[in-house]
This record gives sequence, C-alpha cells and structure tokens, in this order.
Amino acid sequence: MKLTLRVWRQKNSNTQGKLEDHQLDDVSPDSSFLEMIDDLNEKLTNEGNEPIAFDHDCREGICGMCSLVVNGVAHGQDRELIKAVTICQLHMRNFKGGETIVLEPWRAEGFPLLKDLIVDRGAFDRIIQAGGFISVGTGSAPDANALPIPKKNADISMDAAACIGCGACVAACPNASAMLFTSAKMGSLNHLPQGQTERYQRVVNMVTQMDNEGFGACTNMAECEAACPKEISLDFIAQMNRDLITATLKGIGPTV
Amino acid sequence: MVGISHFPNTTIGKKVIMALTGLIWIGFVAGHMFGNLKIFMGEEHFNHYAHGLRTLGEPLLAYGQALWIARIVVIVALVAHIWSAISLTLLNKQARSSGYVQHRKLNANAAQMTMIYGGIALVLFILFHLMHFTLGAVVHPSFDPDNPYYNVVIGFQSYGYILVVVYLVALIALALHLYHGMWSVFQTLGLNNKTYTDALRILAWLVAIFIPLGFALVPLSVVFGIIGLEG
Amino acid sequence: MKNIIDQIKVVEGSLNSAVPEGPIQDIWDNHRFNMKLVNPANKRKFNVIMVGSGLAGGAAAATMGELGYNVQCFFYQDSARRAHSVAAQGGINAAKNYQNDGDSIFRLFYDTVKGGDYRSREANVYRLAQVSNNIIDQCAAQGVPFAREYGGALDNRSFGGAQVSRTFYARGQTGQQLLLGAYQALSRQAAAGTVKLFPRTEILDIIVIDEQARGVVTRNMVTGEIKSYLADAVVLATGGYGNLYYLSTNAMGCNVTASWRAYKRGAFFANPCYVQIHPTCIPPAGEHQSKLTLMSESLRNDGRIWVPRNAGDNRKANDIPESDRYYYLEEKYPSFGNLVPRDVASRNAKTVVDEGHGVGELKNGVYLDFSESIGRLGAHIIKERYGNLFDMYTSITGEDPYKVPMRIYPAIHYSMGGTWVDYNLQSTIPGLFSIGEANFSDHGANRLGASALMQGLADGYFVIPYTMGNYLAQASLKKVDTNHPAVKEAEAAVNEKTKKLMSINGKRSVSSFHRELGRVIWDNVGMARTDAGLRKALKRIPEIRAEFWENVRVPGSAADLNQSLEMAGRVADFLEFGEVMALDALYRAESCGGHFREESQTEEGEALRDDENFAYVSAWEYAGEGKTPILNKEPLTFEYVKLTQRSYK
Repeated sequence: MKLTLRVWRQKNSNTQGKLEDHQLDDVSPDSSFLEMIDDLNEKLTNEGNEPIAFDHDCREGICGMCSLVVNGVAHGQDRELIKAVTICQLHMRNFKGGETIVLEPWRAEGFPLLKDLIVDRGAFDRIIQAGGFISVGTGSAPDANALPIPKKNADISMDAAACIGCGACVAACPNASAMLFTSAKMGSLNHLPQGQTERYQRVVNMVTQMDNEGFGACTNMAECEAACPKEISLDFIAQMNRDLITATLKGIGPTV
Repeated sequence: MVGISHFPNTTIGKKVIMALTGLIWIGFVAGHMFGNLKIFMGEEHFNHYAHGLRTLGEPLLAYGQALWIARIVVIVALVAHIWSAISLTLLNKQARSSGYVQHRKLNANAAQMTMIYGGIALVLFILFHLMHFTLGAVVHPSFDPDNPYYNVVIGFQSYGYILVVVYLVALIALALHLYHGMWSVFQTLGLNNKTYTDALRILAWLVAIFIPLGFALVPLSVVFGIIGLEG
Repeated sequence: MKNIIDQIKVVEGSLNSAVPEGPIQDIWDNHRFNMKLVNPANKRKFNVIMVGSGLAGGAAAATMGELGYNVQCFFYQDSARRAHSVAAQGGINAAKNYQNDGDSIFRLFYDTVKGGDYRSREANVYRLAQVSNNIIDQCAAQGVPFAREYGGALDNRSFGGAQVSRTFYARGQTGQQLLLGAYQALSRQAAAGTVKLFPRTEILDIIVIDEQARGVVTRNMVTGEIKSYLADAVVLATGGYGNLYYLSTNAMGCNVTASWRAYKRGAFFANPCYVQIHPTCIPPAGEHQSKLTLMSESLRNDGRIWVPRNAGDNRKANDIPESDRYYYLEEKYPSFGNLVPRDVASRNAKTVVDEGHGVGELKNGVYLDFSESIGRLGAHIIKERYGNLFDMYTSITGEDPYKVPMRIYPAIHYSMGGTWVDYNLQSTIPGLFSIGEANFSDHGANRLGASALMQGLADGYFVIPYTMGNYLAQASLKKVDTNHPAVKEAEAAVNEKTKKLMSINGKRSVSSFHRELGRVIWDNVGMARTDAGLRKALKRIPEIRAEFWENVRVPGSAADLNQSLEMAGRVADFLEFGEVMALDALYRAESCGGHFREESQTEEGEALRDDENFAYVSAWEYAGEGKTPILNKEPLTFEYVKLTQRSYK
C-alpha cells in the first residue's frame, strides 16, 4: 500500500524542528510499523539523505525503547481492535492505503529531545534512583519462602511491575505528567511486605524527584491509562496520593 | 514537621489542597441547594430559614457570626482552590512547553477538558450571583433585604427570564465541574482502588446530577409559576 | 579451500581452567575461603568497568557497588533497564525443591551438563546449581513479584522438558522482572555514588596495558565523542551474538563488538559455533522482516505440534482431518513428545519444512495447536496461562490462536559460545572478565530452558564479586593515565575505523550487508551444517566483507547521533566474527547440542557426539589480520556425570 509519512525532523534540542513529508509506495501490510520506517530509512539512505533517527531495540514490546506518537496518539493505540501494544508491535495491516501518518516524538519538558524522534528519558532513571528500590544487599536475603505473600498482593504488585518505562503515559498526558510511571514503580514495591520498611520515605522521595524533573501534575483524565501498553491502572496513582498524604502526616520529608 | 511544610511544594500536595477545598465547596453547594428547596414550603418558612442562618449558634455566637465564619471558610477555600488551580495549570503548561502538531485524546471527556474554563465561569457566576441575591445591587430590580422569598421570585421573573437562562447555563458548568471534581477528590485523596472505584464513580455521577438539579428546580418553578408572589 | 582445516594451528595444554582440586560439592566453598580479600578500606580505591547492564552486568555492577568498589557501567540503551534480558519470558531455574519432587543441586547440575550435551565444564555448572537457590532468595527480597500460590508460597512450573518443577516465573515476563530487580539495586548504588552509569555509550575497544585489561574506548552515541576510560579491571557482560544471523530474537542493538574487540586484543573466543535455536518463534512474514519474535516455550506444555501429513497440502489447518495430521514429535518421541529439548524440536521442524510440509503462506512454519487443550481445560484456563502470548501472536500475525493453530518456526535465540573464561570467569587477558551470555562457560553445546536468567544472575550476584576481589587483591596494577601510548593507539584505531566507515560513501546500506551476511550464516551455519555448506560460507563471508569496506554507505556525521554508523561498526565486526564461527563449526566435525553436523548423526537422525575426538572446548586465538586463528583446546573431563548419548525417545 501507499502511505504518506509526515515525520518530525530536528537535528538536536538547540535547533528548530519541522515536519517533513515522505512517500512510501510499497508497504507490506504484514510489516510492523518500525519495519515500515526501516523501509523509509533504506530509501532515504539510498537517495543520499540522512535516515530518520528513532529509538527501538527489542521489537517485541517489552524493552520500552520505542517511543513514537502516531497521528497524535502515543504508540498509535487508536487503531480498531488494537489495544495495549507498543508501536513496535503495531502492524501495517491496521492502516489503510493512502493514509497520511504523522510521526512525532514524545513531547515533555522532562524528556528533552536528542534528535528527530529520539528523546532523553533519563528522568525516569533518576526517579528510580530517588527511591524505587528495596534496600537489600546481595547475600543478605532470607529464604524466599520464609515470607509468604498473599497471591492477591503478589498479583497487584505484578500488575504495577509490568510497566516497561516507555514513557507513553507522559507523552499522552495533556500535562506531560509522569504520575502513572512513578506510581506504578513504587506501587509494585509498596504492595509487598518487603517494601513496607521504606514505603513512606520512598513515596516522598520519588514524588519530589518526579516534580524536580519538570513533569506536570495529574488532572485525572486517564489519558495515560488509555495509552499504556501494559494497561497500568490509574488506581496506582490513587494509592500513591494516599501514601504521600500518610507520609506527610507522619512528618516525612524528602531526602533527595 | 518537615513533611507538611514540604507538602504544598509537591504537585500532589497542590492537588490535595485543590481536593480538600473542592470538598468544602461541594459541601457548601450541597447545603445551599438543600436550603434553597425550602422555598417550596412557602414564603414564611423560607424567610424564617434565611433569617435563621444569621441567628445560628446563638447565644454562643452573636447575630450573623456563624454565617460570617462560614463565609470566611468558603472564601478562604475558594482562594486556595484558585491558587492551586492556577499554579498547577501554569506548571502543566510548562511541562509541555513545545506542543504536539497533532495530539488526540483517547479517553478525556468534556468534564475533564473544561475544568479550568468551567472554574473561571463559575467564579464569574458567583460574583454575579452575589450581586444578584446577596447584595441586591446592580442586577436586581427591587431588592428587599428582609424578604429573600420576594427577591428570588422577582429576581428570576425580571428581564424576561434571561437571568434564568444564565443560571441554567451556570448550573451545567457546575454539573461538569462537580462530576470531574468529585471524581478527582476520590482519586487525589487516594480512595480509588479496584474494590471501590466503580461505586465512587457512581457517587460522583449522583453528586453531579442531583446538586445542579436541585438548584435548577427553583428558577424553573418560578418560570412555570409553581412559585410566585401571592395575590 | 580443501585444506583450510590443515591451516589451523592447534595448541593443547595452553589453557588453565583454574578449577581448584577437590570434591565438586566443596570446590566453590573452599575456593571462596582460599581467595584473597580486598581490605574494606581499600575497595573504593579500585575502579571496575562494567560493559552491559543486563542481568549479569546489572547484578554485578550493583553488587560490586555495594561492596564498595568504584564501578562505571556502560550500555548502549538509554536506560539500564532495557538490556535484552528484559525479553526473557519463561522463567528461572533453581534447585529449591519447593515442590518436593526430588530436585536437588546435584540434579540441576546433572541436567544442565546433560542438556548441554557434555560440552561444559563440570565445576562451573555445579557452582551454578549451588548458587541458583541464593538467586531466588535475593530476587524475592528485592521485590520481584514471582508467581505465588494461594497460600503465599512461590509457585513453580516444569519447563523445557525438565522432569521436576523447578522454574520460578513472573507472569510471562520473568526476564523483565528479574532485570528490574537488578536495575533497582543498580539504581540504589547509582544514588549512593558507587556506580556511575553511562547510557547510550558504546564500547569500541578494550585497552590492554602490560598484558592487563585496563580500560575501554567508548563512543558517546549522542555526541559522537570518542573517549577512553581506565580502570583496574574490565568486565564484559555484553550478551550474545545472535544478531549475526540478521533475523534472530535478539534486540536490534545486540552485538558482538566488545567481545570481538577483546578477542582481537588477546581474549580467546570459545565455541562460537554453539548457538541455540528456539523452536517457538513466529515465522518471518516476508522480506521486510527485521527481527523474529519468540513466544515462550511454555506454550509447548499445552500445544501440540503438527504439520499436514502430505507435503504440499494447501488446505486450511481446520480443514485438515485428524488422520492427515502429522504429529511428528509425538510420533517420534513418545515419552517426551512435544516437550523434547529445544534443539531436537527445532531440527525436526526444519526437517518437516524442508520436506515440503511447511504451513502458512510462505510454507515456512509448523502448527502449534491448542484446540485439544482448549477442549480439555477450557478456553479460560488457556487464556489464563498464555493470554498475553496469544494477544501478542494476534497483533503480529492478525490470526486468532484460539480458533486457528499458531504457526511457529525456529529462530536464533541464544549463543552458548562466548569469550573463554576460567573458573574465575576471567578471560585469557588478566583483568578482563566475561559474565552471563557473553562468556561460554555453563551451557555447553545447548542451554536448557530457564537457565539463561539463572546463569546471568549467578555470575553477576554471586560469582564475579568474589573472583574480582581475588584478582584485585593480588594483581600488581601500575598507575596509568589516558596519555599512555596503549590508550592513544586504541583511540587512534577507533577514530581511524570510524573515519573509514564514514568516507567509503558507497552504494549499499549497512542493513543490506547485514541481511546478506545473515542469510549466508543462516543457510550454512544454521540448524543443520555440512562440510560443503560451511566451506561455502567461509568463501562468501570474506567476499561480503570486502564489498562492505568498498561499497557501504554511512550517511550523516560521526560527530552526531548516527544510528547508521552504530550499525556499520557492529556489522563490520559480525563480518569478521562470522568467519571464525563458520570455521569453528567446520572444525567440529561432530554433532552436539545446538551444533548439528549432518555428517554426524545416528541412524534415527539424532545428533551423534564424538567424545573421543571432540570432548574439548574450542578456544580461538587471534593470530593477526588476515591470518587463520589458532585453536586452543581445553579438554573436558567428566567425573560426576556419565557421558551418554542423549535420547528422548
């Protein structure tokens, strides 16, 4: 099928970007979205132009590297019958021949642009470094079955831990808020007994770091939940809010 | 208390302030609406109720003091609500300083999209409403400070019912604001979870429907002659 | 060409595996006691470079940071959490025996050596089985949300043909959850300042000074800056080389560059011909295919594999009656059936497809059919077990596996070969260590399911932190700085190569070369290898390489984020590495595990080992540009596991 691609090109964060039009004449419906961009890049290379820079790695929906806003929707998740996928898992059979596809990077103050469609998501790493861990040194762990954990809690923890850190929540949020990510990351730990010791310090530190990174606030519109390829629930944000209130009442301030 | 002094600096802290002050206002409008319905019990009863608001708490409190305490609480709450709304809106704008060429919403509804505009509209309406029925200045044709019943009926009948339309439009804005506001209170205070979310969603709907509906009954009843001046 | 094997110089007795003497169950404990310790106050004075942040690298960097070393951790992804360990689905083995079904450290050891077709080092494997239990404890304490039973205890499943339930799992994404555990531990150390992270940074050379590994030359993938970092030891945790095949289940960025650079600096490369081909991947859909997607092997627990009995049968799957279905695994291997080891399942799929029984539009797959188990257990149970895999399959192929059988075909998945290391995981360059998939040590010629995660974490959490200390406590390390001639030489070589790549300005894209190379390797050094095919590959690879260096086009600038340049450097190394791999496969004229030589098979078509002539590790030594590498043999002896011909009948 034929497609028109309108792709955001920007040399780096110091220069102005713009949309650039490209035509593809022979896209296989069985190819993945990223393979379609591969095709375009092959074409650009052969024509002597610079290919489009875009992040991708595992191409099986788990590494969280790929990050494209397709026609205004993070990971292009507005296609019929398609839900909970990353853009690498979206296949071209979900598009119609002749369609114009607009490609933009994640846009957020917390994700500075590096080139074309690539942004720097280091803010997420720093949020984890602020407290998204359980402090247990290698070798100091008791027997794994010494601490039984109700299946329900383990399952909720797993629901949150499914987050792949792609940043689609930030990209989709009208306020570029990182609350779904932050709440999921602490949620997976806070629902387990192992995570209780540091629970309230963790929430204060992670929220403080999240704010320092320049992300916006949550206005409870659930755009993040709709865009999340791992279907992380807004409930984790509620839990984070409650934990922060509790932490505040306990007089816990940030240590980051 | 390091935690509390730090709290308003966090985005979530601001949201909690927004939620708590919003909750005060939800309580206030719910009470106001309930009081308004007393108009259906007749002129004397209604005026007695209005007067009673000023003598509430006597003899511990002097005449009008309880009302003023309530007024101060809601005014402070409103200021705090507006402050957090403005600072969060500015923050959110800043967080997406370079916007998308194309951005589509997947989930957001009208209530969510219009919170800030609905909020501004409601503030303007409150000012108008105070001039209309509390101060009686400017927009009320013949204000009688001792007869609220009279003021309501005349206030809605004048200007060819145009003010009724203003009130109804404001109530729609209130309904939208209340729906997402109430829901957001649950979310921001962390009451939502797998077990309760659905029930709380329904509660938000009920608040958003019944409070504006209760308010709307009064002007509509004036229009349809259910409430009027005797003789 | 005929005498290419004769050109290989063979050296025996050159490799010291450094396995301490003693009964196998005591070796590791005794060794830990005998190792030299670094004074706690001195640890912060030692710098360690970690290349890679996956299960092995992330765990090792975090643990060494906890111990107090100064660690610098480099990785090409934008976050340590994205290393390709993230993609492992199935689970992780441990000899916990929580299910009381007769598992033990010795059994896990025994199964792993046997599964590896007797081409691994016994002492290493025993240690792996020993520390497997500590891994589960460690990960549970970190908050890894393992699957649990209603009573709160950890759940286990049987995996990859094991006769005991020893596999721990976290929904369909055990790899991601274990990696997040390591990543969070790493993040904790990053916050504490003991570990410094270098995202989007690629290693382009290893710096060796006075025969010790002392640093790396890196390229900042955002700015293009070439910069050297020095340290007291270097650890390679760079994963496997499956991307040599172009189509594999590896992430697009996985590469052999760091290991290959180390090889050229003197680290022997062991058993490159051992790669694992995973039987349950989605077949390619056409020329545009850029990578293959694996679906967890656990699918074989409930799915039945079949093809049409008659070659060229074009009917739809559901129109083919039971009598015309050829359940080839169940028929050939009645006791293991669909759960035969990966290499056996893969080779049989290739056989039936080559014979014309293939299914799908391109006739390049076999069916994995769930209709029987859906009938027996109900769709909801199948959905509970494999729902996410089914969804993934649907989104990729547009077909619904609840209604029509899945199509699967083998794909390159894991590389058992890697940098040669001794018992301490140290390569032939002192101070250069290799851990996880990057080394060759524990899986022999074939890896068992759910053992990759185990090995990565074993090396990272529980082995390298000790053996590294032992090295640092004893090594005499001179003070060096970046003005050292060896550093300048390495930087100059990197700059030279980059300049060369940028200046060729030919007519073909990097990926076209990669695809061509991958095709040659897959056809000739793939699931079944022949003397003639391997010789063909050995002729073709240098030709492709020569054309690459004359005709490749790398657009853009080297001083910028340039993904074409990144790929070009990796493909250039694959073009050299592929030759050594083919040579290794040619030299090893036996079949074992993932390495199947058609000349060496039993009458039933099973892999036939030749223990008399090939019970050794092939460690290839770089002999110089354009010279045939030298083969160093490390003999393998088996004292605890009896060598038997594998049979899954």
